[in-house]
Amino acid sequence: MSIEIDPRSLRSRKNAEARFRALSYMAIGVAGIFLVVFFADIIRQGYTAFQQTEIQVEIAYSQAILDNPRSAIDAKIGPLVSRGVTRILPMHLRENPGLMGTTEKLWVLANAEVDQYVKGKANRLKPREIALVDELVAAGAVKKAFNTGFFTNGDSKLPEMAGILSAAVGTLYLLGITFIFSFPAGVMAAIYLEEFAPDNRLMQIVEVNINNLAAIPSILFGLLGLAIFINFMGFPRSSALVGGLTLALMTLPVIIIATRAAVRAIPDSIREGALALGATHWQVVWDHILPLSLPGILTGTIIGLARAIGETAPLLIIGMVAYIQDMPRGVTSAATVLPAQIYVWSSESMRAFTERTSAGIIVLLAVLLSMNALAILLRNKYERKW
Amino acid sequence: MNRFLRKSIFALALLLVGAGMAQARDQVKITGSSTVFPFSSYVAEELGATTKFPAPVVESTGSGGGHKLFGAGMGPNTPDIANSSRRMKDSEFENAAKNGVVDITEAKIGFDGIAVAQNKDNAPMSISLEELAMAVAANVPVDGKIVPNPYTKWNEINPNLPARKIVFYGPPTSSGTRDAFEEMVVEKVCGKIEGYEKGYKKIRQDSAYVPAGENDNLIVQKLSKDKDAFGIFGYSFLEENSDTIQAASINGVEPTPETVAAGKYPISRSLYFYIKNAHYDAIPGLKEYVELFMSEKMIGKDGLLKGIGLIPLPDDARAKIREDVLAKKKLTLEDLKKK
Repeated sequence: MSIEIDPRSLRSRKNAEARFRALSYMAIGVAGIFLVVFFADIIRQGYTAFQQTEIQVEIAYSQAILDNPRSAIDAKIGPLVSRGVTRILPMHLRENPGLMGTTEKLWVLANAEVDQYVKGKANRLKPREIALVDELVAAGAVKKAFNTGFFTNGDSKLPEMAGILSAAVGTLYLLGITFIFSFPAGVMAAIYLEEFAPDNRLMQIVEVNINNLAAIPSILFGLLGLAIFINFMGFPRSSALVGGLTLALMTLPVIIIATRAAVRAIPDSIREGALALGATHWQVVWDHILPLSLPGILTGTIIGLARAIGETAPLLIIGMVAYIQDMPRGVTSAATVLPAQIYVWSSESMRAFTERTSAGIIVLLAVLLSMNALAILLRNKYERKW
Repeated sequence: MNRFLRKSIFALALLLVGAGMAQARDQVKITGSSTVFPFSSYVAEELGATTKFPAPVVESTGSGGGHKLFGAGMGPNTPDIANSSRRMKDSEFENAAKNGVVDITEAKIGFDGIAVAQNKDNAPMSISLEELAMAVAANVPVDGKIVPNPYTKWNEINPNLPARKIVFYGPPTSSGTRDAFEEMVVEKVCGKIEGYEKGYKKIRQDSAYVPAGENDNLIVQKLSKDKDAFGIFGYSFLEENSDTIQAASINGVEPTPETVAAGKYPISRSLYFYIKNAHYDAIPGLKEYVELFMSEKMIGKDGLLKGIGLIPLPDDARAKIREDVLAKKKLTLEDLKKK
């Protein structure tokens, strides 16, 4: 018996497939375009921040510096130099009295207006100053150098001095605290739920609530953190500890869900094999289930942490979005994080902060990208098919 | 793995104990207005860079949020200073007193003008305070009756104004700038126009007023795209973006440092910070911070804060306030009640 195929029906089915494919390509294309435009825009605005303008000046150490630090530099060039350079001179001189009466020729930071002019951006230099800068450029006394300050300074109100170091260190603190609290608790909870918990109404309620928690807007965790850690437990506001604990609450459900999925993927034959050889339930978990599911658990954890380091909303509530210049010197001292730093810069009135904002975003994106790449790498390397 | 587990539990316990013990604080903590934030953090940085003290932590919570934290009690877990873009309210003072915060000094640091600005490509605009109030108020008098704001074009308010759509981008309800704007524009013209008695101050909620978030840079960006629109924001943003935006004159006066300081520009306000005097002994650097902030180098006529948009007080007022602040003059409810 032969099968009769109606050519019209075949054509319409093939057309439907072609349409579906075309739409899928379009969807990916649109997503790709958004991504490219976003990256291109951020990089276009931000790449200039990785270079900073410097001026060569002669610094003369004299008694006059102690009252008027500006007098250390030639009065003509002085206004072009960053205040961050001159204001530390009195203290420097007091600590090194031997410098008195000497001069030093140094490359120092130019102020933000000169920097923006040299980079061809909007600035508020007067025509006389522009002529002076042009003259100095021609004489080779102005250059653009790699902006190491961006990675070695904390926040500053002087755009040319502002850097991400204290925010980066704060991010590391938070990440560490979040991991210490959420990883053991999350993995233990998930293993209990998968391997030991009885299947009853209570456990179903717990399960629904965990899934629910994973979807809660992050700002609510901030309110929770404020109520529990600051108001009830009395930990200091803006501290890395409170921030880390708050983010740990947020990351916990993500880790639980990832761990459960990883544990569930291990075939029952392994459990049954071990039990048949006389292993206790705990030995099965510790010696077999946990090592086998570890790649999956770590992948989920890294993705959860990556989400946590991109958060600002809950940190706003607990006072971490603030002007915090110094690195945290312990878990209870004030700390800020990269996304909070970016947010603070984005609301500065000075135009030179625009490129810093974008440069901060580039750094944050690079960190997130490498974390996600690590998660994928771990998965590909250790993943086992049963 | 067992050893690792034991170690990590030990570390965790240590961390919690350490957190419980760390009560004293060696860093000044400041909270409050987002308008005072740039000035306050500038002084904080200067203190950190030029002295041995660590730079104070400055949080930007808005004036109301700042007073709430400031007045919540005494001790190292509460801020030492509250920044404010308006005077402390009676209720805030009473609440603070109830929580044991009784010895407070008020420091007035200067003025901030609120600009009503538009795209630079537009023709310059000159409006009166009354016309501005009629354009932004929620309720306005028409033919002797109070009605929800019906105006959609400027020439409906005054035929001499252009036939341009009324659109404002301005601060949201949580902002002190908005409170100040309502007071200085809408409330001020109440009673001056027939049928518009006291008690109106709300800004309209329809599409003519778009709350644009706390970030004034966003408003500036909106103005470059929407040429009909006016933006409402602090003077420093006007100064910084003078290549793309221009301010409207109000009652024939443009916002400049001179007109604001002289009280000629009508939409300007004073900026303050409030200090807990009892914290002077406990918190290192607090005294130095206050002294630095009140110094001529910072808030003076050619002070550093002028460079980032603060409009200095007149000379004699500045000297008087400096004296009061350094003498830790105690703020009383009577002081707040008199204007």
